[in-house]
Amino acid sequence: MSKLATIARRSFLIGSAAVVGGVAFGVYKLRQTEANPLLDELPPGATALTPYVRIDGQGVTLITPRAEMGQGIHTTLAALVAEELDVAWDSIRVEHGPLGAAYYNRALVEHNIPFSDLDHSVAAQAMRGAMGVTARLLPMQITGGSSNVADLFDRMRVAGAAARFALVAAAAQKLGLPADQLKTDNGYVLAPDGRSLSYLELAPAAAQIDLPVSPPLKAREQWRYLGQSMPRLDMVAKCTGTATFGIDVRLPEMVFATVRMNPAKGAALVKFDATAAQAMRGVLKVVELPGGVAVIANNTWRAFQAVQAVQCDWAEPGYPGSTAAMMESIVASMTETKPDSRLRDDGNVDQALAGGTEPTVLEAEYRVPFLAHATMEPMNAVALLKDGQLDIWAGLQNPTGARDLAAKAAGLDPSQVHVHVTLMGGGFGRRLEADYVVQAAQLAVAMAGQPVKLTWRREEDMAQDFYRPAAVARLRGATADKQIRALDVQVASLSVVESNLGRLGLPALGPDAKIIEGVYDQPYGIAHYRATAYRAPAGRPVSYTRSVGNSYNAFFIESFIDELAAQAGADPLAMRLALLTHEPSRQVLSAVAAMSGWGQPLAAGRGRGVAFHLCRGVPVAQVVEIATTKEGVKIDKVFVAVDVGTALDPRNIEAQQQSGVIFGLSAALYGEIGFAQGAAEQSNFHDYPVLRLQQAPQIVVKVLESGGHIRGVGETGVPPVAPALANAIFQATGKRIRELPLRKHMAFV
Amino acid sequence: MKLTVNGKPHEIDVEPEMPLLWVLRDELNLPGTKFGCGMAQCGACTVHVDGTAVRSCVTPVGSVTGAVTTVEGLGTPATLHAVQAAWVEHQVAQCGYCQSGQIMGAAALLQKNPAPTDADIDAAMSGNLCRCGAYPRIRAAIHGAARRIQGVSA
Repeated sequence: MSKLATIARRSFLIGSAAVVGGVAFGVYKLRQTEANPLLDELPPGATALTPYVRIDGQGVTLITPRAEMGQGIHTTLAALVAEELDVAWDSIRVEHGPLGAAYYNRALVEHNIPFSDLDHSVAAQAMRGAMGVTARLLPMQITGGSSNVADLFDRMRVAGAAARFALVAAAAQKLGLPADQLKTDNGYVLAPDGRSLSYLELAPAAAQIDLPVSPPLKAREQWRYLGQSMPRLDMVAKCTGTATFGIDVRLPEMVFATVRMNPAKGAALVKFDATAAQAMRGVLKVVELPGGVAVIANNTWRAFQAVQAVQCDWAEPGYPGSTAAMMESIVASMTETKPDSRLRDDGNVDQALAGGTEPTVLEAEYRVPFLAHATMEPMNAVALLKDGQLDIWAGLQNPTGARDLAAKAAGLDPSQVHVHVTLMGGGFGRRLEADYVVQAAQLAVAMAGQPVKLTWRREEDMAQDFYRPAAVARLRGATADKQIRALDVQVASLSVVESNLGRLGLPALGPDAKIIEGVYDQPYGIAHYRATAYRAPAGRPVSYTRSVGNSYNAFFIESFIDELAAQAGADPLAMRLALLTHEPSRQVLSAVAAMSGWGQPLAAGRGRGVAFHLCRGVPVAQVVEIATTKEGVKIDKVFVAVDVGTALDPRNIEAQQQSGVIFGLSAALYGEIGFAQGAAEQSNFHDYPVLRLQQAPQIVVKVLESGGHIRGVGETGVPPVAPALANAIFQATGKRIRELPLRKHMAFV
Repeated sequence: MKLTVNGKPHEIDVEPEMPLLWVLRDELNLPGTKFGCGMAQCGACTVHVDGTAVRSCVTPVGSVTGAVTTVEGLGTPATLHAVQAAWVEHQVAQCGYCQSGQIMGAAALLQKNPAPTDADIDAAMSGNLCRCGAYPRIRAAIHGAARRIQGVSA
C-alpha cells in the first residue's frame, strides 16, 4: 500500500537521520531499532503507535520525554507531534512518560565536544557522529544544554507523521478506500463521501500497521502549530495551583522527611545524638545516612523542627574549606606547562603581543564567584519501596542517572526502579544531580512499604547545592587602527563535567571544553586569537548551571573587548560588527543597535553597554541601558536580539530571553556563595538575594530567523547581560568592574 | 482547633505554632500553596486571611482567626478568577512554582487598589520572587487583570 519502507510496529526507528561518522564498534547494534517503551506499561484498551503517541478511550496523549522546568518544552515538543499527527490543540494531553532508550538525547552530547557549534568541518562532524553513538550506548535521557528542540525536532515530527500514516492506513482498510483518497482533520480521518472515523476508534487497527521509516513531513508553509505562539499546555494548571510538582506528590499513608547533611558537602558524619529529636511530636524515625541524618515524621514542618534538634559532629572536608583557599587553588592551576586545553590558537598571539608597546597592549584579570542554583522549589523526592520495586517521583533532568544511583543505594537492579518525572519548580542544571533522590531511596528502604516524601529546607538546599564554580581569567589584547589585532584568553576553573560524571560513575576523558566554552568558539575574526583553559584540582563538588562556562566566559571576554575598544578609541558595537565573521551574528548585533538607538545621545547620568555572545550555536546581542541615581545604578532597559534559526514558538522564545536576562542579572548583581570550613556562608534569600520585581527592567526581544539549524534557547539569554551591564556602567561612570557580583563595587536600586 | 479554608470549616489537631503553610499542605492536602523559603523572603506561600495577603510559612496557625483563601479557592480551571484569567492571557508562568503566591498577592492588591500604578505594583509585589524572571509579564498581567475587573464591574 505504500512505497515507504516499513518496520515492525513494536520498534521505532529513531529519527530519519542516519548516524554520521561513527566509530567502528557498535554501529551494527545501533542501526537496529529501539523498543517502544510505552508498550511495556500499556493499560488495557490503549495503543501506542510510536514512543510519542498513546491513544486510549480518553483521547490522544503525547509523550514529551524531557523535563519541564519552565522552559515550555512540553508545549513545544507536543506541537512537533501534533503538527504531523493532526490533532486539535485543546484536545492534547501531555505526559513525560517512562524512561527508555528510545528517548536518549544525542544533541546534548554533541554540544560537549571540543568544536565550535558553527564548525561543520569533517573532523567536527565525524566527532559529533561518534558522540551520537556514545550517547546512544549510554543511554541518557537528559534535559539540559538547550538541546531538546535540536534533538527532537525531526524525531518527534516523524513520530507524529508515522502515527498519522498508520491511522490513515487503518481507515483505508475499514472504509475500503485507497489511503491517498483520505484526509485528516483534528483527530479524524475523513473520506471523500463524508464518512469520518476518529483516531480513537482507529487506534487498535492502526497498531497492527507497520510504520514507515521516513514518512514525508509537512513543509514549513503548511505548519499551523509550529512557528506560532501556542498557549502553553501547562498554563491553566500552573495558574490554579493544580499542577503537580515533585513536592506536591501525595500518596496514601505517606510520611514526611527531611535531611541534614554535613554542610561541607560530601564530608562524613562523625557521630550524632538524636535523643531530643526523637522525643518531639510526630517524629517517627531518625535515620543515619552517609554524611548526615534524616528525620521521618508525620508532617514536614515537624521533621524540619526535629532535624535541627539533632546534635551532629561533622568531619572536615578533604578539599580547601575557605573561599580564599578555593580561589588560590584555581589561580595556582594557571601554569603555562599544564593547560587543560587550548582549543583555539589562530595566528601567533605571543608574537603579536610581544610586538606591541604600551598603551596598545592591555592586560586584565577577571573573577567570578561560586553560585547557587536556588530554584524556587527546594529539592525533594517521593519514594516507595514495595514488593521488590522502588517507585520514585521527582523533578529530574537526568532521570536515567538518578534511577541507576537510586537502585545502587537501595541494593536493587535498575530494572526494579520506576521513575516518575514530575513538573519541576526550576532546574537550571541543579536537577541533573541525584543526591536528593538517593536520599529518598535510602529512606524508602528504612520505611519499606510506606511512601516517604523527602523535602529539603531552603537552608539545606542552599548549603547542599552543587555550585557553579568560581573562575579566574587573565586576558591580554592588542589594538591597532581602532581594531583588535590579538586576543589571548586564559581561564581557570573547576571541571563540572569531571565532578558530575564522577558521581555517575563515569570517567571524564579528555579536556573539559566547558571551562572555556564561550571563548574559543566565538565567531570573531581576530588575526591572533588564543583560548587556553586550566583545570583546578577537584574540590568542593560542582555542577552544571544554566549556560555553564558561557555564564562567566561571556563576562570575561565581552567586558575585555569593551576595554580594548575604549583603548583603541573605537565604538564597541561597530568594532564587534567588523570582527564578526558569522552573518547571523552580525544580524543580531545590527538589530540590537537599531532597537536600542545605539549611537544616539543619552541624557547625563545614563549609559548604554553592549555585549554579543554565541551560546549553543545561537547568536544573541544585548544592549543594557542604565541610569545612575544617588542611591545607585538603576537598570532601565534591556534590548535583546536573538537568532534561533527557525522559531518554533516566538512568544515562548521571548519568555526564555526575558528569563535569561533576569537570571543573568541576579548573578551579575548579587550572586555569590562564600565558604568557611567547607560550608556555604549563605543560607536563604535574605543573604543570597535575587532580582525582585521592582528591579526588573523593561526587556524588549526581537527574534530573528536565519533558517537552518534548529536551536534551543533556554540558556542563551543569560551570558551577555552581565558584560552588557558592566559595559554600560563603564560608559556612564568611567568605572571598569572586573569582578562579579557587581554590588561589591557599585550600589544598585 | 478550628480553621476555615476556602469556605470550608476544618477541625485540626496541631501545635498552634505550626505555620499555616504546613497545615494547608500536609494536614489538609491543599498543595497549591508552595513552600519556598520558610522565612517570608520569597512569597511562594502567600494566601489570604480575610482578604489580606499573608506569608503562610511564618504565620502560626494558632494566630489565624479569619477565613483563609488559598489559590485553590480563588478560582478553578473551569472558573478562573480575573487574575488567573489575565495570567493565562499573558502566558505568565514558566516553571510556575511561584505563581500561586504571585497570583494571591496580585488578587489581594487589586482587591484594595483596583487600578494600581507600576509603583503600586512594585510595592505590593516585591516580596514575591520569581527565578524564571516572569516579572515583565506579571506586571502586564496585573494591569490586564485590573482592566478585566473594572470591565466587569463597570
